[in-house]
Amino acid sequence: MERKIRVLVAKPGLDGHDRGAKVVARALRDSGMEVIYTGLHQTAEMIVNSALQEDVDVVGLSLLSGAHMTLFRDVTDLLKEKGMDDVLVVGGGIIPEEDVTPLKEAGIRGVFGPGTPLEDIIEFIKGNVKG
Amino acid sequence: MYDSDKVREIAKRRKEWESGSYRPVCEKVPERCERFENLSWTEISPLYTAEDVAGFNYLKDSGFPGEYPYLRGVHPTMYRGKTWTMRQFAGFGTAEETNRRYKYLLEHGETGLSVAFDYPTLYGYDTDHPLARGEFGKCGVAISSLKDMELLFKDIPVGKITTSMTINGPAPIVWAFYIANADNQGIPRTRIGGTIQNDVLKEYIAQKSFIFPPEPSMRLTVDTFEFGARELPRWNTISISGYHIREAGSTAVQELAFTLADGFEYVKAAMARGLNIDDFAPRLSFFFNAHNDFFEEIAKYRAARRIWARGMKELGAKKERSMLMRFHTQTAGVSLTAQQPEINLVRVALQAMAAVLGGTQSLHTNSMDEALALPSEKAVRLALRTQQIIEEETGAASTADPLGGSYYVEWLTDRMEEEANRYFDRIEQFGGVVPAIERGFFQREIAEASYRFQQEVESGKRTIVGVNKYKLDEEVEIPLLKMDEKGEEIQLERLKRLRADRDNDKLMRALSALRKAAEGDENTMPYILDCVHAYATLGETCGVLREVFGEYREPSIF
Repeated sequence: MERKIRVLVAKPGLDGHDRGAKVVARALRDSGMEVIYTGLHQTAEMIVNSALQEDVDVVGLSLLSGAHMTLFRDVTDLLKEKGMDDVLVVGGGIIPEEDVTPLKEAGIRGVFGPGTPLEDIIEFIKGNVKG
Repeated sequence: MYDSDKVREIAKRRKEWESGSYRPVCEKVPERCERFENLSWTEISPLYTAEDVAGFNYLKDSGFPGEYPYLRGVHPTMYRGKTWTMRQFAGFGTAEETNRRYKYLLEHGETGLSVAFDYPTLYGYDTDHPLARGEFGKCGVAISSLKDMELLFKDIPVGKITTSMTINGPAPIVWAFYIANADNQGIPRTRIGGTIQNDVLKEYIAQKSFIFPPEPSMRLTVDTFEFGARELPRWNTISISGYHIREAGSTAVQELAFTLADGFEYVKAAMARGLNIDDFAPRLSFFFNAHNDFFEEIAKYRAARRIWARGMKELGAKKERSMLMRFHTQTAGVSLTAQQPEINLVRVALQAMAAVLGGTQSLHTNSMDEALALPSEKAVRLALRTQQIIEEETGAASTADPLGGSYYVEWLTDRMEEEANRYFDRIEQFGGVVPAIERGFFQREIAEASYRFQQEVESGKRTIVGVNKYKLDEEVEIPLLKMDEKGEEIQLERLKRLRADRDNDKLMRALSALRKAAEGDENTMPYILDCVHAYATLGETCGVLREVFGEYREPSIF
């Protein structure tokens, strides 16, 4: 049997807006992926540790506070440091257009703003996850 | 309200209308959908008549503006005397930057202030705390000490203007900053007016900026009720909030029911402490969302007032002011689209109109660019102008409760009250709001509703203009707010200087007195004020309470 795609949905930082993260987590689960949701208030260390322990293929970050330029990059930096750069990292939230390119350069390969159809996120993950 | 013979006649004629006029047309031209539903999935009929509100007793269920059960509004003259307060939620970067924004808003006709704090402040951390990394000034202003509060209100007459502060976990401390700033200017505490949100129950349910576990949180809340009743008679010590419950994805019915359930829970907690209901209840205020379904929102506000009045009477309130529900409204942030952002102006105008027709006491209108970033000056000015147009040009403020007596609105108001009552019974079965939170009841209900809604958007059953219909393939061109890049540096430097310059012995004494009060059962407010006057930072003061009370961790449900 084919291994299911394993996804960690994570809320870095102090932001409490979790509607999007929960809706996406459920949509990914309903599409056949295995989803672990970290809950709120995660540091980069906590997220990377969970990603390691849960052996996930994908980390999905959600942040609506505007701190994405710092906190998303903290996660990709730490993943690289631990040699986990094969994990696909995607992110979503209130992200101005001008931040999208620098985020992609930092290794957040998919960046999804408000109003993104869930299907687009699912397709992106299926199309870009390793192996 | 209606003669029963007349109602029977109307019912009979309505059946004839259905078979003779309505059905034949439907057969020829089918309706746009099989079932019309509002945002709470309540089925909406093609027509409402006196038959649908046949049981409605005007004097008992409606009454007059300014009189029990306040269905038609809380003031006898409503907006003919004084219109709602135009209160734009604002804050970003440093206290200085936000102070400039407040003055800009006041210059353009705003009539009250509303402070948005950044995340570290919401969690009781100073800007130099490791967990504050990346968050400084991002979705609100950073306020780490009395010093920052002084700068935030520099040259703003705090003895005249009222200020609302969206702060919950550390509410007593931030309130103390505000009081201490007025103290230092020689303004008597009896003269300062405003609101602290201070609604911790909805933090566990929806907004998630909680700090302490529910029990000590409720104790701090009751401390503020008691202190406010004693020393600040013009201050609303709580704003019991449905806004965030709705933003987290609830329906309008859930927003109504969960908010009111929280409200009654606070009243019971304060009464359990031995407080007299009529001493604190007049200073309880509420905060609701204004979402897209126009009539449902209006019915929600009306139902809320009646449920509160009836419930408070049942709990033993005697004073009129204890039974009347005053509330603030904010248009629905969650309804804003990043696509074609200018159309948000239209959404906001309609939502604001619903709030006004629903009898709100104050109003925040969102800016069109808020699905992209914090609002620019121009965007916030347009949002304020929207309120001014409603006030000055539409005539909506000329009479109380203009939609009262509409068959549809009265039917929907009754129906929402019934549904809220059903939720109250379910919450009661858990043993109250706190056990229901601990069992994840509210969180699950909201997650279900929000997922169901999203699926309907995905399938095209629900339309969001510009997102899943009437799309445009052009780049968004809208100037966004740019913050002072040196802001964080300025704030960190200020904190460093503060810690070096203050009388640290006096500070340590104040902090240990607070610890003792928190460990015992004295009211913590006077001790918090002592700390704040000694220039204890938010993080230091909150840190003492964290050590005494512990921190809350939520069960993660999706």
